Amino acid sequence: MSGLAIGGAAPMVNVGALKDTTLLNMGIFALFVLVTMVIVFRASRNNKTAADYYAAGRSFTGSQNGTAIAGDYLSAASFLGITGAIAINGYDGFLYSIGFLVAWLVALLLVAELLRNTGKFTMADVLSFRLRQRPVRIAAALSTLAVCFFYLLAQMAGAGSLISLLLGISDWGGQALVIIVVGALMIMYVLIGGMKGTTWVQIIKAVLLICGAAVMTLWVLSIYGFNLSNLLGSAAEAANNPNVLNPGLQYGKSETSKLDFMSLGLALVLGTAALPHVLMRFYTVPTAKEARKSVVWSIWLIGLFYLFTLVLGYGAAALVGADTIKAAPGGVNSAAPLLAFHLGGPLLLGFISAVAFATILAVVAGLTITAAASFAHDIYANVLAKDKADAGTEVKVARRTVVVIGILAILGGIFANGQNVAFLVALAFAVAASANLPTIVYSLFWRKFTTRGAVWSMYGGLAAAIILIALSPVVSGAKTSMIQGANFAIFPLSNPGIVSIPLAFFLGWLGTVLDKRREDPAKQAEMEVRSLTGVGAEKAVEH
Amino acid sequence: MGNEAQPADATQSVDFQQVQQTEQFRELRRRHRSFVFPMAVAFLLWYFGYVLLADYAVGFMSTKLWGNINVGLVLGLLQFATTFGITAWYVSYSNRRLDPIAAEIRGEIEGHEFDAGSRAVAAGRAAKGAQP
Repeated sequence: MSGLAIGGAAPMVNVGALKDTTLLNMGIFALFVLVTMVIVFRASRNNKTAADYYAAGRSFTGSQNGTAIAGDYLSAASFLGITGAIAINGYDGFLYSIGFLVAWLVALLLVAELLRNTGKFTMADVLSFRLRQRPVRIAAALSTLAVCFFYLLAQMAGAGSLISLLLGISDWGGQALVIIVVGALMIMYVLIGGMKGTTWVQIIKAVLLICGAAVMTLWVLSIYGFNLSNLLGSAAEAANNPNVLNPGLQYGKSETSKLDFMSLGLALVLGTAALPHVLMRFYTVPTAKEARKSVVWSIWLIGLFYLFTLVLGYGAAALVGADTIKAAPGGVNSAAPLLAFHLGGPLLLGFISAVAFATILAVVAGLTITAAASFAHDIYANVLAKDKADAGTEVKVARRTVVVIGILAILGGIFANGQNVAFLVALAFAVAASANLPTIVYSLFWRKFTTRGAVWSMYGGLAAAIILIALSPVVSGAKTSMIQGANFAIFPLSNPGIVSIPLAFFLGWLGTVLDKRREDPAKQAEMEVRSLTGVGAEKAVEH
Repeated sequence: MGNEAQPADATQSVDFQQVQQTEQFRELRRRHRSFVFPMAVAFLLWYFGYVLLADYAVGFMSTKLWGNINVGLVLGLLQFATTFGITAWYVSYSNRRLDPIAAEIRGEIEGHEFDAGSRAVAAGRAAKGAQP
């Protein structure tokens, strides 16, 4: 192919030609929206109770839910971000995907089944099971909302940069309009379909994304005679730098950047099992055994997908070239779409672009329903209405919250458009790992754990993560900072995990040993027996 | 304590502390923890060992093995392999060692053997279960 013949010299993709395919991109995306809308309408006919709305009646099978989890997890940041990172930084991009995958073992071994057995709708259900309700529930709901908010902002901000590439809309007003359209569609899905509709959108999107990536991977490999070594060699040649195959291109620059990578690795591995929108997915299946099956499915799908991104990333480096990618609108994120264009022309580009949009839509919908459930179920029903609200009112509050969160996400997305997306995602993982994971682990496995330990750990972890980020080079004092022309970065790392996660574990321990109150041993016994045996767990809703 | 997470089902009157004390439940907990804790420690050590190598042993990781395939790539792919392997291992372990005993305990609880009212019966059972 031409890519091989020219080697590393000239760019093979005419970026200007991308604009001509805008109509095709929009058409394929409109088709996706139409098909999913029909399915969401059909799925929503049985949405009657709170269990229907938040947990899809607990009626999904393990394999369906596993596919939906993959759809939820493989966000635009994973697909476009990791492919781009490998294309530009080589091996260091691959390191990301390994952290994202290994993290699922924490969810599989320590969290998924026990959580499914003890909870009802939200993470706070589990954390407050044997501790004092109000303080723990409020803390868990606040950290859920914080994580969802940062993650939502990242997705919506990502939508802006994606649009500039895929639809050729480069002016601010046009991008804002598209963000509004994406946000309005998402509100419709969640409002009408609830968890069931959201899950179907995620399943369809996951299948399209994984199939699209598989086709591109086989295509790239076939160009190199299915020889990985040849592909790598060609990528190194095109980059004019053999070091793209070795670690250290991005993180090996200084001692600080090496430490920063350790910190990121810690946040990735411990954050996944504490992401509230992932945890909530475990309630959509009827039993803990199905929850286990879901995680197994998602591990296989996610692992397979990250293996594809390795080929796609180096493929983009070899066939498109790092310089072309960096110069394209959308920058690093454009590696996968440009590779699609190089391989299959406008049609494959249109397909991959539509999938990328669908990705943002599906992930945003999942986050919105999680945040709405947490507000309506934890803050409204259990704290404000003091358990007196009936389920119908609770769902009504949840639906209103969806609209409010949707509008906030649209405004945030317009405001954050052009911001550093990776920073927002890393922040969400760091907050999840610091504020949620210690309390999840302690309350499942440590008999003596008390309310004070939980509250200290959650607020301490949340505050430490956010304050350290605010004082880090991602906010001020560097070329790529959010706030230019100021420098109050007294914390040198861009990811707070290495400090805030151990601190939160320590605070959970300290709060517990200093707490003179003892928790009810009967509740502890009940939680332990329920979590391991599944007795009395919420069953599927019969219709 | 108005606990929201507690569903209105047949387990309302169960004496969970008594279940927790039975030999059978302790065996289940021991089997669960003796698998997941060492395994969690092992894969976290292996992952952070790998990250440390990528961070601080760049020369070693860049050693070419076959063609352009270097140590770093092989170790990275091994991370995928161990993740898939541990997943499969855990599934087979829980199917064989955890699920049957959990189902047994669940059946006994749902059969009202541990209801607060029927202490004598339950105590008798617990004692019987404790015998070797």
